[in-house]
Amino acid sequence: MKVKVISRSEDDFTRERRQDLQKVFRNLDPSLHPQEKAHEYVRALNAVKLEKVFAKPFLGALSGHTDSVSSMAKSPRRLNCIISGSMDGEIRLWDIAYRRTICHYSGHKGPVRGVAVSSGGDRLVSCGDDCTVRLWHIPTSTGGEPSSVGNDVAEPVATYQGKNAFRGVDHRWSSNIFATVGAQVDIWDHNRSEPISSFSWGTDTVISVRFNPAEPDVLATTASDRSICLYDLRMSTPLRKVVMQTRTNSVAWNPREALNFTAANEDCNCYSYDMRKLGFATCIHKDHVSAVMDIDYSPTGREFVTGSYDRTVRIFTYNGGHSREVYHAKRMQRVFCVKFSGDATYVLSGSDDTNIRLWKAQAAEQLGVLLPREKKKHAYLKAVKERFKHLPEIKRIDRHRHLPKPIYKADKLRQTLIEAERKKEHRKRAHSAPGSVPLIPARRKRIVTELE
Amino acid sequence: MKRSGENSVLKEGLNVMAIDLQKQKAAGNEKGAQQQLLHRKRKATEIEQSEYGKDESQGLIQAKKYIRGDKVSVKGIVDKKLKGQLRTKERLFVESALNAAKVEQWLLPSEGGYLEPDGIEKTWNLTQESIVREVDISSSKKSFDLKLPDLGPYAIDFTSSGRFLLLGGRKGHLAILDWKEARLLTEIQVRETTRDVKFLHNELFFAAAQKKYVYIYDKKGVEIHCLKSHLCPLKLEYLPHHFLLTTIDKAGILRYQDTSTGHMVVQHRTRLGRCGVMRVNPYNAVMGLGHSNGTVTMWSPNMDTPLMSLLCHRGPLTALAFDAGGQQMVTAGTDGKVKVFDVRKLQPLHSYFSPTVARSVEISQKGLLAVASGSGIEIWKDALVTKQPKPYMKHRLLQGSQVQDICYCPYEDVLGIGHEQGFSSILVPGSGEPNYDTFVANPYETRKQRREAEVHALLNKLQPEMIVLDPDRIGTIQRSAIENKREKQIVAKEANLAGAIASGKPVPLKKKTKGRNKSSKRHKKKQDNIISERRAVIKQQVNSGANFVELKTPKAQEEALPRALARFSSK
Repeated sequence: MKVKVISRSEDDFTRERRQDLQKVFRNLDPSLHPQEKAHEYVRALNAVKLEKVFAKPFLGALSGHTDSVSSMAKSPRRLNCIISGSMDGEIRLWDIAYRRTICHYSGHKGPVRGVAVSSGGDRLVSCGDDCTVRLWHIPTSTGGEPSSVGNDVAEPVATYQGKNAFRGVDHRWSSNIFATVGAQVDIWDHNRSEPISSFSWGTDTVISVRFNPAEPDVLATTASDRSICLYDLRMSTPLRKVVMQTRTNSVAWNPREALNFTAANEDCNCYSYDMRKLGFATCIHKDHVSAVMDIDYSPTGREFVTGSYDRTVRIFTYNGGHSREVYHAKRMQRVFCVKFSGDATYVLSGSDDTNIRLWKAQAAEQLGVLLPREKKKHAYLKAVKERFKHLPEIKRIDRHRHLPKPIYKADKLRQTLIEAERKKEHRKRAHSAPGSVPLIPARRKRIVTELE
Repeated sequence: MKRSGENSVLKEGLNVMAIDLQKQKAAGNEKGAQQQLLHRKRKATEIEQSEYGKDESQGLIQAKKYIRGDKVSVKGIVDKKLKGQLRTKERLFVESALNAAKVEQWLLPSEGGYLEPDGIEKTWNLTQESIVREVDISSSKKSFDLKLPDLGPYAIDFTSSGRFLLLGGRKGHLAILDWKEARLLTEIQVRETTRDVKFLHNELFFAAAQKKYVYIYDKKGVEIHCLKSHLCPLKLEYLPHHFLLTTIDKAGILRYQDTSTGHMVVQHRTRLGRCGVMRVNPYNAVMGLGHSNGTVTMWSPNMDTPLMSLLCHRGPLTALAFDAGGQQMVTAGTDGKVKVFDVRKLQPLHSYFSPTVARSVEISQKGLLAVASGSGIEIWKDALVTKQPKPYMKHRLLQGSQVQDICYCPYEDVLGIGHEQGFSSILVPGSGEPNYDTFVANPYETRKQRREAEVHALLNKLQPEMIVLDPDRIGTIQRSAIENKREKQIVAKEANLAGAIASGKPVPLKKKTKGRNKSSKRHKKKQDNIISERRAVIKQQVNSGANFVELKTPKAQEEALPRALARFSSK
């Protein structure tokens, strides 16, 4: 007879020394793991609930300005560097890690309307209502603790005088060229005191400008004649223009799909466009209840942040109709400028209450260096949440965001208005001759004309 | 609280065992090492073989166990994005199953036990003594007898890791043992009838069904709770994933109590009288009850009527057991039969006779069926799927002591027997799962690990609402009632048709036109949703082009007769 029974020597299954890790054995046999689906569901539910517990997106405020923050710029070369201009003409260079001002740039007499950092990260361009464009120097090394906080007052490297007030500035992603907008679009070189070229289409004021990150000669502007206009620096005339029913306050190019851009509109929505087909929007991003003031894409190109007059900051996915996240603070007023940080981890918002606020891009994300075990756990929970995201309980908790009462009410009212309009149109169509009230898709509805 | 004095019944016997254990530990290790070496050699040869005959399909066959369901067909899906996502998912599922199969092939540390007879030896003739003589010393210590003649018979229970043993004597003797170490953790005398004992989620707490109420004690034997809402309990069960303690009492009331929150979840009146047979189906946590009218009913906390009920025996049930996969159920009744049922189809598979009425049945992790009747125990191998002519092993207790309760020790090849004279354990090679999962049940758990596991178990606690017959239903889409009904109707129609055609005899067809267009008939036809056998068969016959039968067949005989005589011919 041959016989064997299970016999484990304790030494083989336990650790030798106290400082050793405990030995772990896995047996993946399904019969040892009954009701695994139910367990996964419970884990997903707990993970979603915990996410709500850990959602503390507000990291801190950078205070120092004495008037509302009107514009912000991030350095393409450094992660911890942000520049903000305010309505009292002051420009500040911030170290985000220490949340301190490194440098003051004062000189503008009147509001600063636009700031931009050069491609090398060493020059700062600013413009304002005092009809000047100023070029400043950015100190290169701010490594470690800043020596004298807030005492560096810099003088402009150069000052260029224009005829009209300037409303915005953006720097080209390579070379020393930047563009300002105001009465017309001016293209400047660092070394010239006069614009090297100018564009104009119509008589209205141009209010914002953004260079395309992939095609360095292409830029998009928005104007107070409700238009979004595309230019190519290599050509003498503008490329094309789309006129919408309401004004567009700002545009941002998608850095990963650089032929797409998203426009922040006065009518509370953002519209994504393909620059080749301006006849209709590729996506409408709804959720704000007041004019969207500024927009900035994450460097990943998968999401973007918007700041609105309704005192909230929202984060949208690039192809999502509704926002993924909404940030608001008790004392935060109307948001005029927003920026995604260069590593897509943080979001900055500058608002009417003179503060710049620093938020996490993922509200419940654990910051800092993660252990491999933590990473694994997070990945597992993410997968489980993804698997059960359509189940009602999980969906409800995951989607819930607390909104301040005025915004909640305003949203409700907006929904009622939209619904009433939709019903009215539907009835009109139903009681008219077939074809006399055409069905215009929402993506085309707000566009008035497309001009070549 | 009642506690025993100093005169511990258990201590003496255990002391003797402990000394023996210490003496033979060294020798045991040596033999264990030899077996390890043998095991490694065997593995090495397996590796060689498998590398030469490496085959993808073989991997797939091994991985079949780990594939959770059928593949989703992407054939009819138009959405390209969804199609791509589904394809990727399916690929990942197959990959993970293959990886799991590889883990099984290479990384599992131990091998299961076996018992192979030589020549004309028969496994059922082998005695425990001969088996104990052959196995290594540390294993041989696992077969022992505890003589406790005064306070029995004993109900027993093991923890989920198999490390601790709980004994509950009928006369109120409760004890927890670390049985492999022969260490007595606690021992108390409650001086009250104790009918059943059960560990809760770990060895720190256990419940005892005493004369009047259920009591919960901790590891030190301190009475923690007296559950007065459980009156005269007969049997206890514990659902570790749901933290539910269930009891069945003399009045046939099934009670679920949450042991993490302390709430009484639900009480079900079975309305079938006194019931002393209760077992949980580990696959879906549905509770099975065996009644005195020969039926087995299955209960969940969410319905006050049984989920299903099945007439199993002519006469009262005495024992019930489910296999780990939840597919087979074994019942024993006073009619002297032990029957195996398919739980999914609710059909009997086959039945065995027990020498006398079986007191207790039990199925091990590897599917070995143990049947205890009188003072004898029969163990059957592969007896669930196919009917076996002979048992795998037999064992008889000393002095004709009557068995009260049997219980396989998880992750060990050991069967624990609680009987009139105390407790015995026997070696049953091949009964236990050789490889444990540290995160499921760890026999070598440290205190820190136990605490961590407790917290995780509480975090992952399942709600009582999640107890359903098919546990995979959770997380699936719930269809609308109309949609469900429609689908059911279609299925029923097809089944009816097939059944009717299969059982129907050919029907003579009539070419009947008269009276078909009566308004009442038309209305009836419209209302008629039931497919009769006759109608289905007629339809099939018409489709297959069968000839119509003439209603009045002129007989050949009639033709042969002269016309004048025709009227006299018998019709």
